[in-house]
Amino acid sequence: MTRGALPRWADYGLMPALNLAAAFLASGLVVLFIGENPVEAVKILVWGSLGWNEGIGFTLFYATNFIFTGLAVAVAFHAGLFNIGGEGQAYLGGLGVALACLALDRYVPWWVTLPFAVLGAAAAGAAWAFVPAILQAKRGSHVVITTIMFNFIAASLMVYLLVNVMAKAGSMQPETRTFEPGGRLPFLQDVIPGADFGTAPLNLSLIVALMCCMAVWALIWRTKLGYEIRTFGANPVAAVYAGISPVRITVVTMMISGGLAGMMAINEIMGSQHRLLIEFVSGYGFVGIAVALMGRAHPVGIILASILFGMLYQGGAELAFEKPAITRDMIVVIQGLVILFAGALEHMFRPGLVRLLAAFRPTAAQAA
Amino acid sequence: MRKIAALGILMAGSILSASAFAEDIKPAVAYDLGGKFDKSFNEAAYTGAEQFKKESGIDYQDFEIQNDSQREQALRRFARNGMSPVVAIGFSYENALAKVAAEFPDTKFAIVDAVVDAPNVRSVVFKEHEGSYLVGTLAALASSSGKVGFVGGMDIPLIRKFACGYKQGALAAKEGAEVFENMTGTTGAAWNDPVKGGELAKSQFDRGADVIYHAAGGTGIGVLQAAADAGKLGIGVDSNQNGLHPGSVLTSMLKRVDVAVATAFGDAKDDKWTSGVYVLGLKEGGVDWALDDNNKALVTEEMKAAVEKAKSDIISGKVEVHDYMADQNCPF
Amino acid sequence: MTPAIELKKIDKSFGAVHANKAIDLTVAKGSIHGIVGENGAGKSTLMSILYGFYQADEGEILVDGKRVDIPDSKTAIAHGIGMVHQHFMLVENFTVLENVVLGAEGGGLLGRGVAKARAELKRLADDYDLRVDPDALIEDLPVGLQQRVEILKALFRGADILILDEPTGVLTPAEADHLFRILRVLRDEGKTVLLITHKLREIMAVTDTVSIMRRGEMVATRKTAETSMTELAELMVGRRVLLRVDKAPREPGRTVMSVRDLTVRDSRGVDVVKNVSFDLREGEIVGIAGVSGNGQSQLIETLAGIRHAVAGRIEVNGTAVDPTRRDIDPSRIRALSVAHVPEDRHRMGLVTRFFEYENAILGYHRDPAYGKGAFLDIKAIRDAARGEIEKYDIRPPNCLLKTANFSGGNQQKIVLAREIERDPAVLLVGQPTRGVDIGAIEFIHRRLVELRDAGKAILLISVELDEIRSLADRVLVMFDGALVGERPPETDEGELGLMMAGVNREAAE
Repeated sequence: MTRGALPRWADYGLMPALNLAAAFLASGLVVLFIGENPVEAVKILVWGSLGWNEGIGFTLFYATNFIFTGLAVAVAFHAGLFNIGGEGQAYLGGLGVALACLALDRYVPWWVTLPFAVLGAAAAGAAWAFVPAILQAKRGSHVVITTIMFNFIAASLMVYLLVNVMAKAGSMQPETRTFEPGGRLPFLQDVIPGADFGTAPLNLSLIVALMCCMAVWALIWRTKLGYEIRTFGANPVAAVYAGISPVRITVVTMMISGGLAGMMAINEIMGSQHRLLIEFVSGYGFVGIAVALMGRAHPVGIILASILFGMLYQGGAELAFEKPAITRDMIVVIQGLVILFAGALEHMFRPGLVRLLAAFRPTAAQAA
Repeated sequence: MRKIAALGILMAGSILSASAFAEDIKPAVAYDLGGKFDKSFNEAAYTGAEQFKKESGIDYQDFEIQNDSQREQALRRFARNGMSPVVAIGFSYENALAKVAAEFPDTKFAIVDAVVDAPNVRSVVFKEHEGSYLVGTLAALASSSGKVGFVGGMDIPLIRKFACGYKQGALAAKEGAEVFENMTGTTGAAWNDPVKGGELAKSQFDRGADVIYHAAGGTGIGVLQAAADAGKLGIGVDSNQNGLHPGSVLTSMLKRVDVAVATAFGDAKDDKWTSGVYVLGLKEGGVDWALDDNNKALVTEEMKAAVEKAKSDIISGKVEVHDYMADQNCPF
Repeated sequence: MTPAIELKKIDKSFGAVHANKAIDLTVAKGSIHGIVGENGAGKSTLMSILYGFYQADEGEILVDGKRVDIPDSKTAIAHGIGMVHQHFMLVENFTVLENVVLGAEGGGLLGRGVAKARAELKRLADDYDLRVDPDALIEDLPVGLQQRVEILKALFRGADILILDEPTGVLTPAEADHLFRILRVLRDEGKTVLLITHKLREIMAVTDTVSIMRRGEMVATRKTAETSMTELAELMVGRRVLLRVDKAPREPGRTVMSVRDLTVRDSRGVDVVKNVSFDLREGEIVGIAGVSGNGQSQLIETLAGIRHAVAGRIEVNGTAVDPTRRDIDPSRIRALSVAHVPEDRHRMGLVTRFFEYENAILGYHRDPAYGKGAFLDIKAIRDAARGEIEKYDIRPPNCLLKTANFSGGNQQKIVLAREIERDPAVLLVGQPTRGVDIGAIEFIHRRLVELRDAGKAILLISVELDEIRSLADRVLVMFDGALVGERPPETDEGELGLMMAGVNREAAE
């Protein structure tokens, strides 16, 4: 008899719903505190993110970023590794995408460029994760420390490259030239007949992201490598017993993780900005941690959590437009509360819920 | 091209008479990633907008973006809501504005620190190197060690432009002057790291500098503090920071983003809107050096004479201040 | 005389599991009362109700003849009930004294409380022969002494009734004996002791009265003097149980594993296995007896490829293995047809978070039988797992259950099934029945003997001397990292015990 066991529906449905409700309740109090109507605020947030085509487009556009960075964190989670370097890996991924696009965009159509961009993004992200991984595996330097340090190194490197090497001449902006159509992913509304996402930059990357979800699911639960990753994550001693090399698994997992984080750049760079620019990652890598936590490191959960955070980003922007009293920082507070309740305090309601459900059980058991 | 100093006066004069148009304009401003209270030029924009609001009684809307994708979104959102003029703060809006301005040809847009070539866009850029040249001159003259320092924020061409002008000014005023140059960082955080700013300043003082100029937003607060603590001199930037530590701030390099914003709003209100590129240098009053009660004891008559001569030489074209951005290179 | 504790019709369910069914129990004051039962019989639940961890759904508790409610452990302590848990609840980097005082500081000023506690601790130590250095750090103490600190903690809080949950699971035989001496002293001083265990030998050795639980019910209570191990075993399992293993003599065949001069050094630079040499032949079980911590664990882990040696040679089936080489790992050893049932199934042998079927392939997951190329063939794996579940009577028979939900005995069967079903030439087995209930012990022992009879070579490491003596064909005694002698299994327990303690080392050579 394990303590605190919940039926699956409660674990995966009721618990997240409760956590989310608590988060919104707390956010509502904050909104009330600054003198705005919380019900109206929620209305604006939901309408702004799901109530109209362009809002949906933006929500899904942000969600695409979160799916990539969330998957990255989740894969590492399964090996018991905490990769918080998604930010830097995604940044470097941008370099990979940009190099592919800059080299090819003038000569070939986008669908020829895309595989190279994907490859470039994944390779650059993986390479950036490789050094922390090897340090962890061989030297025991904790990846939490090294990956976060590599975020800073990534930022410095990219600024150097964008300012001194890749910047287009005569521009104030530390950014590359804008890609020609051969380096731009088509927007989804141009591909799917009848779809209309207004001016939202929702593009083909969403499909790539969903394909990555399926690939990650298969990797983790259907391959021998995934089995080794999970074994290592759940019980490193048992992994050694089973003949699984900790060094190999650490390095391989981190590189997969870094590669996924790097692929986020496809959405931003090839799908939306069409040029490599400074600081384009702007926190998506870190939000990926919350997404992976909320999504229980499962691709389906990550998709749902990504959409939620997409809503918070898009709906939050609408809210800031509509309600000048609710500033950008307030939106961050609300996002923080969601992370707090859904991630850190994930188990707060669990004991109560277990007791509540148990209270209904004995009668049923006796009747049976 | 009109002079911005003149614009300021015109604006001030026209506010009183133009209330009839008050309902007609719905101004808006979109800040850069730093946010409107960045103690730097976003805040200067905010000050300009607030000033306009106070003087004209016309409210405005503003928005602080969270990520790059929101640039277009914000501008488009304002335009759709019928806001005009819409002022974008920061060169990072360049691409977004170029796109959105084409979508809304009837909306008036302005951008600070970048040039967007569209019939409905007013682009305002500053010759920061000219202002920096002047404070460089002052710094070299005020220094007894012959060593002066520069602390930049984020290491981007724009800030190197400040540094280069400053260097040129210092060298022109005192041959053989030594200029220490440090950038705070390579990310946006470099704009808001007063602790590191203070440390960089201290290390430059340790190396012998006795005047330090900062172009580092919030980070510069630490630079000026360190100068006051060490009994040395600091030089402010963007807005007049002489009053932060009276007697310890030699001068400030003024970059009138506030005037640019207020003027854009005012021109629209007075139906005097013009699109095109405004390059605001010394001549146009877009940049300058600050002299007030707080620092007048620090600036001797000779220094004042020298800097005024430099100013008139630049305006007349006798002295050409090198623009780092022109060739991505600083010859000094 | 009023009984120390009386439980009347105690009933407790967890969801669909009926853990305690109308339990009646009377514990006499000043006695040692044993409670035996297989894992999952409901012993721990009952004690948790008594100690206030759980609330009974029905029934009442009488302490000293008075009806009491025990909503939490604080109340239990107030009623004079103390508990020594299976897993110690001590702060490792605190001293003995600090641990004893923790939670019972008596006022905000630590100084006075601590001085008083020191005096009290000394009195307890004298009265009950519970000597521990009050200023020693817990992490520096051996487990036997840590347990003593737990007992002191309970006594310090004024416990008259002491509950011990499987106290000997972590102890060496000598430490267990010492514990029993302490329990007798406690009883003689008027304390009441409740001893929960599944080891019948301990019940017979130390208790006055014994109550037997089976599947949530209290099936019998006996005076210890008037019962026998066989009767208790039958009552526990509900059928006749063979306590001795039937084993026909068998002539061993050729040598399949030979170990020469094996020396292993641990991370602190200490030699933990010293110059160990022995042969393992077809159709024999070689038992390695020893007090836990004398190098057996490191020996078996080195043979399995988990650890590396600093010197020595190993030969398996004619293939030489250099155990000092870094590229030796468990998968290479497995490839030589050596299977390994590790000592600690939770720490090493299983991933308890996994489904049963996932654990059924641990270490063999690269086997092409479980999937071609990079992918796993989930259906093939589940089919194989189901086969093992049936063959080894693993209960509940559901390969889609999380491994943590199986009882200790069934978990051990999962490991055994996995290792034995690969038909290995050599089986390395560590503590095969630790924490396993009687029914499963019988099954596991029978299975090991069958394997031996089928001509496999088995190396058995166990701290249960009984187990070694009943299973092994030859007994090697290990002390301080070295093999100190070989004896036939019929050797007197006392003699083996002395060798295990390092006494008589010369005589043993």
